[in-house]
Amino acid sequence: MIRNVDAVTATIERGAATAPVASHEQPRPPTAARNHKGGFFRSSNGKKVVMAVTGAVMVLYLIAHMAGNLKIFFGAADFNEYAAFLREIGHPLVPHRTVLTLVEVVLSVSVVLHMWSAVSLARRAAKARPVKYAARPKSQASGYAVKTMRYGGVIILLFIIWHLLDLTFAAVNPAGPNGEPYQRMVEGFAPGRWPVTLFYVVALLLVGLHLRHGLWSAFQTLGLAGGRRERPVKLAAAGLSALLVLGFLSVPLSITIGLVK
Amino acid sequence: MTHTVGEPIRDTKTPEGPIEERWSKRRFSAKLVNPANKRKLHVIVVGTGLAGGSAAATLGELGYKVTSFCYQDSPRRAHSIAAQGGINAAKNYRGDGDSIYRLFYDTVKGGDFRARESNVYRLAEVSVNIIDQAVAQGVPFAREYGGLLDTRSFGGAQVSRTFYARGQTGQQLLLGAYQALERQIAAGTVTMHARHEMLDLIVSDGRARGVVVRDMVTGEIETHLADAVVLATGGYGNVFFLSTNAKGCNTTAIWRAHQRGAYFGNPCYTQIHPTCIPVSGEYQSKLTLMSESLRNDGRVWVPVKAGDTREPGDIPEAERDYYLERIYPAFGNLVPRDIASRAAKNVCDEGRGVGPGGLGVYLDFADAIARLGRDAVEKKYGNLFEMYERITGEDPYSRPMRIYPAVHYTMGGLWVDYDLQSTIPGLFVVGEANFSDHGANRLGASALMQGLADGYFVLPTTLGDYLAGGPYGEVDQEAVAEAENGVRNKIQKLLSVNGTRTADSYHRELGKLMWDYCGMERTEESLRKALARIPELRAEFWQNVKVSGQAEELNQALERAGRVADFFDLAELMCIDALHRSESCGGHFRAESQDADGEALRDDEDFAYVAAWEYRPEGGPVLHREDLKYEYVKMTQRSYK
Amino acid sequence: MNLTLKVWRQDGPSDQGRMVTYEVKDVSPDMSFLEMLDVLNERLILEGGDPVAFDHDCREGICGMCGMVINGVAHGEQRATTTCQLHMRHFKDGDTVTIEPWRAAPFPVVKDLVVDRSAFDRIIQAGGFISVPAGSAPDAHAIPVKKDDADSAFDAATCIGCGACVAACPNGSASLFTAAKITHLGLLPQGQPERDKRAKAMVDQMDLEGFGGCTNTGECTAVCPKGIPLSTIAQMNRDYLKSK
Repeated sequence: MIRNVDAVTATIERGAATAPVASHEQPRPPTAARNHKGGFFRSSNGKKVVMAVTGAVMVLYLIAHMAGNLKIFFGAADFNEYAAFLREIGHPLVPHRTVLTLVEVVLSVSVVLHMWSAVSLARRAAKARPVKYAARPKSQASGYAVKTMRYGGVIILLFIIWHLLDLTFAAVNPAGPNGEPYQRMVEGFAPGRWPVTLFYVVALLLVGLHLRHGLWSAFQTLGLAGGRRERPVKLAAAGLSALLVLGFLSVPLSITIGLVK
Repeated sequence: MTHTVGEPIRDTKTPEGPIEERWSKRRFSAKLVNPANKRKLHVIVVGTGLAGGSAAATLGELGYKVTSFCYQDSPRRAHSIAAQGGINAAKNYRGDGDSIYRLFYDTVKGGDFRARESNVYRLAEVSVNIIDQAVAQGVPFAREYGGLLDTRSFGGAQVSRTFYARGQTGQQLLLGAYQALERQIAAGTVTMHARHEMLDLIVSDGRARGVVVRDMVTGEIETHLADAVVLATGGYGNVFFLSTNAKGCNTTAIWRAHQRGAYFGNPCYTQIHPTCIPVSGEYQSKLTLMSESLRNDGRVWVPVKAGDTREPGDIPEAERDYYLERIYPAFGNLVPRDIASRAAKNVCDEGRGVGPGGLGVYLDFADAIARLGRDAVEKKYGNLFEMYERITGEDPYSRPMRIYPAVHYTMGGLWVDYDLQSTIPGLFVVGEANFSDHGANRLGASALMQGLADGYFVLPTTLGDYLAGGPYGEVDQEAVAEAENGVRNKIQKLLSVNGTRTADSYHRELGKLMWDYCGMERTEESLRKALARIPELRAEFWQNVKVSGQAEELNQALERAGRVADFFDLAELMCIDALHRSESCGGHFRAESQDADGEALRDDEDFAYVAAWEYRPEGGPVLHREDLKYEYVKMTQRSYK
Repeated sequence: MNLTLKVWRQDGPSDQGRMVTYEVKDVSPDMSFLEMLDVLNERLILEGGDPVAFDHDCREGICGMCGMVINGVAHGEQRATTTCQLHMRHFKDGDTVTIEPWRAAPFPVVKDLVVDRSAFDRIIQAGGFISVPAGSAPDAHAIPVKKDDADSAFDAATCIGCGACVAACPNGSASLFTAAKITHLGLLPQGQPERDKRAKAMVDQMDLEGFGGCTNTGECTAVCPKGIPLSTIAQMNRDYLKSK
């Protein structure tokens, strides 16, 4: 069967008639979406998937990171041994520090992609609402966490930079680059350095909020939430976020109040 | 003399022979258009409701070049969307004795023997395909646990043949048609013009060849020409100002077609729906319907005593009058709409009405809640209860609803033959805009059926037969110029009056007058009063209306004024029709013609005809009668006792 | 009651627009919000002014034509309600009410509170349908549909296309609208053959129109007059991923 697909022209087709036409057809936005080869990463959904997957990678890392941190409660020897082990995973099958480097690369790429997707979605959002509301929009949805995502994300990034300088490269750590990991921790969170500890606490709370929305959001974005799963997924997201925050906070706070010396 | 009588008119398109073979015969005899020629044939469809949307989509799918118009910002918003209850179909899925013949029979009887048998039979026949079509399109009808479609019995039917999608059947069916239409728009077969209002019809060499429309955003007047024009512009219930129609519903398109030569069939047949939310104040802009399905479980009552102002909960059983159950024991609360409406009016006239102004009766769910449980009632009617609560601020779970009749549907419309073609060749009229299938009263869940039957199944066949004779050549330029100038002049005239009253205030006054004098109950006296007053009011309107703004912009005041101007003319014709039909039938109740029980008394001897009115600028309209013959359904007095 | 209205007035798409203050007196609590505006407009017309243009039609909450942001909330603060069904009993004497149009780049203002939502139609055009010509459909009972699926499809299908989701979304995303249709058709057996294609085409069209991306804030579902659930967006995401 022949489909009538005459191109839409600026004049109105008028059957067999020839009378003058008062036409002012607006040029239509392109409707050829079906042939639109924008590519996955350029679509808003694709960017969200990138955000969800990279977020998930970082959450998995955080779980392992927290479990490692808790070793501090077993004493300096255990903790330092664990830190050394991290560099030797897979050794001697693979050279020294291979796995750790891989992890670092994956994490760095994740952070960059996560930020790229956030920035590009934020820019898209700004373009989608060029004129703002005069009345301050009142949020109708529950959930404070949602509102912290963008500025919270920036603060978390700053925190990570500080955190790396402090405990990984020890550039700003009192124990210095040559200090044992345990020593860096204890000296880094010593009571006298309470502003640092406070910064950690604030940043970790933000991480918690970020995860609370982010975790559920990732499930939603990947199409894994919804329907009967909505509540359990939300609860699990909140639970895991709380667990991570508590786990991470326990270490610096214990040091600051002198439980760990 | 309000009118003159002309030659009788006849439907020449219905094939002879047994009624069940007529539509097949017509389908076979209808000429076909070669697929390659279809895209050279251009059809204009005005209106995108169930009838117009389905027609444009189907014609586009068939390969015709279609241009479609609607006054809303999207075709999805046409007022079919508001239909709540359901759609009838003679599927007999329940095995409860339904059949095409029974649906046909019920519809003819329900229409009080004022509809054309052949048309109604075809409607019943096609009803079956509509459900199949809708399901295939993804319309999410209510289903049972077995996965099959659920049905319910509806407004006056004793079989369960009404398919529904909660209280939003019209919405779901319209979205089905809308999606089909959008698919054709994407395919390029249909060109859609939203926010365009048809203001005149172009007739050239005796054929309908196009429309003059106003772009409601820019105010530009445009002419679109074609080989045929389809009007699917809905009913004219807004002549009463307050009705369940959408605010924008108007008569302009069909009225202009009428002025151009299309006869107007049975303009006085108006349906008053019994279950609407009562008026709350002077500022009221429209009335909201509560689905008739509520009458399946709700019980209608008023206090026995006149002037009883106690809270409903304080009135004991013995002092309540469940008047429908009392007067009509066989049908009880499920009597047809016209009967339920008039009964409500009667009890209110006796001073037993409830709520503001005593214009309301109770629809009580206490028994249903006790019997089925609140959850079951909520499942069935939850959205309707919510809607009621939102509008009135009262909770229908704990306090009976207040309801009152309101204008809901107009059975009258442009006269069409079996092919849905008006008296202007090339002008086809579908859906509520035509007069065809409902006679003097429409049964519940039949409007959706008719709209879709016309659009999906009937028109594509019969219009093809007309188009097979095309293309119809050049259009007379003078006819185009005359129509365009007429439209421009009228707009200028409206803008230049610069008086002291708004169009809405005139509309409100006209509506009140029509409701009082040509509403639920009409008398010769009331109609003559209306006929005396309407011309005065119209004259005043043209001298004193105030329309702000310009012609070349989005101007809602201008849009309204133009519509009100046409309502005046239509109102007059409605009253003339109501006056000449001195019998009562269906929705048309003449107080002079009632039986001992106060029921509508038909006069089949003198009035078993369709009144098709021809427009005359001077000297009143001309009546052409189309005699109605009942070969299959014996004419009886309706009785729902 | 008496109210102060701050209304967005804009002569046309290219006009800058501004907020204009009006006082309205003797507003009845039983009036609908639009009836209150009708009263204001009647007065403006008689004073020779320009009445406030706003879209509306059915005035019973189903056509989806009306919509304004009232005090910063799409359709006003009453939940699950269109502007036409919002009644003045939810306001207090002396209140100041701010009224603005939907704000989104793909919904350009036509005049005052009227916006152009044709982007929604184009999203449907991209694939929001099941392709079936009239006259050839199999019997309606040929394919049973699980009641749960039919009910969920219906819930998604109740979308009225008003655009409140876009207006409320901090990102100006049309995800809820698009997802509602994808979910409705995707849950039914009849919608399966075109399911993947539909999800991809509709999401791509949504992007092309310039709507923002979804960040799962939930503002859309909170203001949706029909309460379309956020789970539809999960469904859309799933279908979109599968289509890749």
